[in-house]
Amino acid sequence: MLNKNIYLILIISLVFAISFWIGFNVNLLPAEASINAPIYDELFKILFIIGLIIFIGMTIAVIYSLFKFRKRNDQIGDGIALEGNLSLEIVWTIIPSIIVLLIGLYSYNIYDRMGGMKELNHNHEMMSSNTEKIWAGISQTSGNEIAKNNLSIEVSAMQFAFLFNYPKGNFISGELHVPVDQKVSMKMESKDVIHAFWVPEFRIKQDIIPGQPTILNFTPTKVGKYPIICAELCGPYHGGMRASIIVEEESDYNDWFNKNKKPEVNL
Amino acid sequence: MTISIDPQKTNNESLQPKGWLRYFSFSLDHKVIGIQYLVCGFLFYLIGGTLASAIRIELASPMSDFMPRDVYNQVLTLHGTIMIFLWIVPVVNGAFGNYLIPFYVGARDMAFPRLNAVAFWLIPPSGLMLVVSYFIEGAAQAGWTAYPPLSITTPQSGQIIWILSVLLLGGSSIFGGINFIATIIKLRRPGLKLMQLPMYCWAMLGTSLLVVLSTPVLAGTLILLSFDIIANTGFFNPVLGGNVVVYQHLFWFYSHPAVYIMVLPAFGLVSEILPIHARKPLFGYTTMVFSIMGIVVLGLVVWAHHMFTSGTPPWMRLFFTIATAFIAVPTGIKFFNWVATLWGGKISINSAMLFSCGFIINFVFGGITGVALAQVPFDIHVHDTYFVVAHFHYIVYGGTVFIIFSSIYHWFPKVTGKMLNEKLGILHFIITFIGFNLCFAPQHWLGLNGMPRRVAEYDPQFQFVNQISSLGALLMAISTIPFLINVFISARNGKDAGDNPWNALTPEWLTSSPPPVENWEGEAPLVEEPYGYGKEISEQK
Amino acid sequence: MTTLDSSKEIQKNNSEVNETHEDFRMFGLITFLIADGMTFAGFFAAYLTYKAVNPLPDGAIYELELPIPTLNTILLLVSSATFHKAGKALLKDKNSESQKWLFFTAFLGIIFLICQLFEYFHLPFGLTDNLFASTFYALTGFHGLHVTLGTLMILIISWQSRIKGGRLTSQNIFPLEAVELYWHFVDGIWVILFIILYLL
Repeated sequence: MLNKNIYLILIISLVFAISFWIGFNVNLLPAEASINAPIYDELFKILFIIGLIIFIGMTIAVIYSLFKFRKRNDQIGDGIALEGNLSLEIVWTIIPSIIVLLIGLYSYNIYDRMGGMKELNHNHEMMSSNTEKIWAGISQTSGNEIAKNNLSIEVSAMQFAFLFNYPKGNFISGELHVPVDQKVSMKMESKDVIHAFWVPEFRIKQDIIPGQPTILNFTPTKVGKYPIICAELCGPYHGGMRASIIVEEESDYNDWFNKNKKPEVNL
Repeated sequence: MTISIDPQKTNNESLQPKGWLRYFSFSLDHKVIGIQYLVCGFLFYLIGGTLASAIRIELASPMSDFMPRDVYNQVLTLHGTIMIFLWIVPVVNGAFGNYLIPFYVGARDMAFPRLNAVAFWLIPPSGLMLVVSYFIEGAAQAGWTAYPPLSITTPQSGQIIWILSVLLLGGSSIFGGINFIATIIKLRRPGLKLMQLPMYCWAMLGTSLLVVLSTPVLAGTLILLSFDIIANTGFFNPVLGGNVVVYQHLFWFYSHPAVYIMVLPAFGLVSEILPIHARKPLFGYTTMVFSIMGIVVLGLVVWAHHMFTSGTPPWMRLFFTIATAFIAVPTGIKFFNWVATLWGGKISINSAMLFSCGFIINFVFGGITGVALAQVPFDIHVHDTYFVVAHFHYIVYGGTVFIIFSSIYHWFPKVTGKMLNEKLGILHFIITFIGFNLCFAPQHWLGLNGMPRRVAEYDPQFQFVNQISSLGALLMAISTIPFLINVFISARNGKDAGDNPWNALTPEWLTSSPPPVENWEGEAPLVEEPYGYGKEISEQK
Repeated sequence: MTTLDSSKEIQKNNSEVNETHEDFRMFGLITFLIADGMTFAGFFAAYLTYKAVNPLPDGAIYELELPIPTLNTILLLVSSATFHKAGKALLKDKNSESQKWLFFTAFLGIIFLICQLFEYFHLPFGLTDNLFASTFYALTGFHGLHVTLGTLMILIISWQSRIKGGRLTSQNIFPLEAVELYWHFVDGIWVILFIILYLL
């Protein structure tokens, strides 16, 4: 009996060890290029490890039962008439409930750190769109905290392209240029069907919905060129609906911005 | 007490065609209807599978080169719609439900045989309509979710036919659901208590409740959508002031429970198969029943987790996270109970058992990714990517379709009186299991790294992994060959099964194989312990 | 055994059927009506969401007058009562009286439909004018469809309740009970609809 328990403990610790090793050493995610990404990857790692423990444990249990309790040729009759065990049932109701609850609370914390629970607003110094209803999105600025330095961009999506309007410079670009380490605040609207704005390296996504402006805030942390992908079926060329986001040093960004800037037209 | 057979009904039966012809007739026999559902569903599975192969061929290269882009969208729409509404839902509910439920409640037929036949005969025409719409002006191309405004702006005829077809299939599903509820609650043999019913009855009761409560909402939504398309109203058309997110809420109010409509019956079926082949009672019957009902209740309040990146405010995102994650608890209970059922049994390793165990492993995997997807911050990155595609194929293919095959191996002897060939069956299992995992496991990585779903072209860096996935799909396509050979050969020349080849205790095995027209020669047996394996031995001791 | 026998009483008179069970057609109908009610629930949910989140666009007209729908509410409530009367009369084998009540109920249903059409023609907005107009017509139209069906069914059973050769008797009262339940259901939906659409 003692022997059996030792084996059980050994196997369980082995499962944990393997899961933790895989969780920490196998990277399934693309590069981290925004302040959201490390937060996301932290959640991913924990979910990955818990998932691995459960999956490997269950798989071993099933395969072991199939092997250990397989019917040998000389055997007749039935297995033991075990119909249930109340304490076991309680254990495997309560433990998963606690795990699930903890995961839920933890992911609330993660979502909050990503800025998901902030009041939705969009800081536009130029536009009077502050009164406009924002339907959804991820905001990183709360209502009172108006960061003057925020880079405000208006995104319009259409079949099958993204257009980025820089209200400060009064120009429209097909490529999204942003300076590194600066908060970017985007208001997104669709001209036709539902699209979605997704940058895998930033771990953010938000649908762009016709008639319902959404916002998305992010802070890039790594210089480079990343794809912007439409993630909502939007028509035949949906797969080709891509753009690029170019994260550059502030000086490079300013050069680019000044080159494209157009004088404001007073009507 | 002897119950004589209803003479009027027997007259009706004698008017029904005999032999294989009866499968093409408006038969009222629940067993015939069950087989009709199964065969019809399998034919659509072959069509849907062909479409899936076309998708995987297209995705073997990063360019859109195998078919035109709009055809690709039609193919993926048809693939989703056919697999859900014409293969999994009708087979796992209609086919096995109609065949087994009357046996399990000790009845001679379903509560409403005529309604039952009507429900089945709605399926072939609507399915054909859907397939034929491709040849008219092109099929629907807005995905099986048919999100407006895309579904309003794409060519109208295909979308309208799609709506009509789904409405008819929904009607069929509701009629079936009403029938199952009435049969299980009202038609039980006298003396048979609810808590003595085999688990599949409970699963079907839960499923039918979901069907009755949620399918009508989809019907209403699709009627509104069709007004938007035909009558130029603006329910979901933002140009006319409509609100597209309302469609998504109403759609997912049905379509999330639809996932449970697809997996709960599979949970029931596996609860029948495991005890018989493990020679042990089903572990924790009472908790199993409560967990089914828990899934039903929770299943109705989690729909918005499909809309975490859509127009949903933060509080809503959070509420649905917690609710969704909690579905893992009753589901987990079921899985622990199944493993406990295997534990200490005398397990026959046969095709039915292997497919059931494959189901457990695949579904646990899909369930884990499901809990992860329920977390808003996690979902925000992978929503609408191949991660989601992989997740739900683990649930509906690795889960439900594995159980459909398992059930076919298990109940084939009952239906035909012949055994299926075990060697071909195990070959079928091995190819399916490897092919399935090869096809869908790599897709998790694709989704995490930036490949959105429903695309015909993708970043060339994903080509290698996509080709592995396509190879897996090829194996899955090949795996149907041994299965079909097995079925056709065994139906003619298979080993005679006898009435009860598995020594099972559930009621359907206590009659002849194939069963007589009204199920029992005499009175229906009263089975108080459908899972009483090993009982006699311990009593003798 | 006693419980078994009592459940068999219901169809005992149907001599040709030896093996019978409790009549569960009513049970099936109730399940169906729950499903039907969910369709309305979906429409109501859509309407209430629109009300909550979508403002009425500038210049759009969405005004409802109360007199006609109030009259309609009264009509339907009275018709529920008259239908009940018809059922009671039939149970006492007073077929002709029952038939009268049924005709009266159908008459009330037809008046309801006429009033509804009258309202349609005099509303200041059309089907495609704006979101609320569309939802209004969809909801009342779907309900009107139910009333139309109900009225037709009442006319059919009132024909069946004739004294000679009719199928509807105090022994076979199921058709009447089924249509009655359906009619009460349609009334109930109207009351909810009246509250949500006109009063809120």
